Amino acid sequence: MSAVLDSLSRFYASSIGKKILVALTGAVLVIFVLGHMIGNLLIFAGPDAINEYGHMLQTSLHGGGVWIARLGLLAAVAIHILATVQLTKQNRSARQDPYGQHKAQVSSKSSRAMIWSGMTILAFVVYHLLHFTVRVGNDYNSDAYKTQLHGETVHNVYKMVIDGFSWAPASIFYIIAMALLYSHLSHGVSSLFQTLGLTTHRTAPLFKTLGHAYATLILVGNCSIPIAIWLLGYGG
Amino acid sequence: MSLLNLHLKVWRQNRGHSGHFQDIEAQDIPDHASFLEMMDIVNERLIAKGEEPFAFDHDCREGICGMCSMTINGVPHGPEKATTTCQLHMRKFRTGDTIWIEPFRATAFPVIKDLVVDRGAFDRIQRAGGFVTVRTGSAPDANAILIGKEVADAAMDAAACIGCGACVAACKNASAMLFVSAKAGQLNSLPQGQPEKDRRTIAMVRQMDKEGFGNCTNHYECEAACPKEISVRWITKLNRDYAVAAVKESLIGHQERAEGGE
Repeated sequence: MSAVLDSLSRFYASSIGKKILVALTGAVLVIFVLGHMIGNLLIFAGPDAINEYGHMLQTSLHGGGVWIARLGLLAAVAIHILATVQLTKQNRSARQDPYGQHKAQVSSKSSRAMIWSGMTILAFVVYHLLHFTVRVGNDYNSDAYKTQLHGETVHNVYKMVIDGFSWAPASIFYIIAMALLYSHLSHGVSSLFQTLGLTTHRTAPLFKTLGHAYATLILVGNCSIPIAIWLLGYGG
Repeated sequence: MSLLNLHLKVWRQNRGHSGHFQDIEAQDIPDHASFLEMMDIVNERLIAKGEEPFAFDHDCREGICGMCSMTINGVPHGPEKATTTCQLHMRKFRTGDTIWIEPFRATAFPVIKDLVVDRGAFDRIQRAGGFVTVRTGSAPDANAILIGKEVADAAMDAAACIGCGACVAACKNASAMLFVSAKAGQLNSLPQGQPEKDRRTIAMVRQMDKEGFGNCTNHYECEAACPKEISVRWITKLNRDYAVAAVKESLIGHQERAEGGE
């Protein structure tokens, strides 16, 4: 028992061990982001579609499903952040005397700014949860945001999203956050294959293209919602 | 032949002290001189003027020893791709150019003097596992172990690493992953390296971490700077080999022995 725990803690203490955990938790979040986007695009299928989807999430496994997902995601986010912050601190101390001249030859700006795009996304996630999940500083929990669906009283997700994004500052912050998520994913997706040891000479260009395509898909899909509501007046 | 007039900014530092850039005007440098010959000319003139020449590492001057470690205009070994500093020639520069000359900067490579750094950390990583244990005695039959041509070629690609440290110098995080992955990967690819594969992988990575190198964040600046064009796919392999070795170590540990082992 303790021998296994000892080697697990040695695994976490090692550079590659931490990176593998970052890659695995990153993979979980990458898949979550896609599912989250597909679910939210139901806003374009009308009020009933997204309200029914929201109700399904809330009531799956007698209301336990959403908590299993939340705790799982919370654990993934916590490990992802803890490990990357520790890695970044080690990286900083690995070169204390900076170069007078240092030229990046092949790396992208996105790849060099992962910690900053990540931190901004974290701030956004906190705001997003307060905005639409906990619903602080708004009246989205009130009876005005209840509606009837198949004879049941359910939360009116549709109205909440339309009202939420009709306020320009919220939409602008969401779009900025999605731009940084694009930046983060454009390096992160292909990077996780490398860290997990799955990239080969043949698949490297494929994973790179896939990463950019995936990041673009998430950017376009997620931004389409605030843009449609705030700029094009969808649902107004 | 034409002569170049260059503005040099050369790093001066003594071990344990903080350093600074010294401006040196290098006049009438022949464009067919190698970069190190240019440094020799500048040093000769400094000596003639009674000033202290700057210290730099060099040995074979034919691109195979990996001693000429310096960062030139922000790139380890300078602007030429797949070329060591000693094989870089002054015809790659124009008269009037400013050239920044700095040591390879990493906490794990402390500056000894000026451009000379201590790369003993690489030797300690090699001692941790960068070898195969063989029986001494009469030479074994060269073809006793069959090795596929592709495997032998790949191992040779990794073996091309001269341990110069350019990968560490180029990396934003001063990570030594390209070096370690080439040295571990070379042996991990070959049948002779199999018996000690897991032990080697774990020991080399652990020593690398202990030396204070940073962590790989997959920027691939190392591959771009490497004078021997070692591929970052060796890092992929090291990640994979390490994951497998760590899982085996965690769950299985050492071979079970009838006597109770360990």
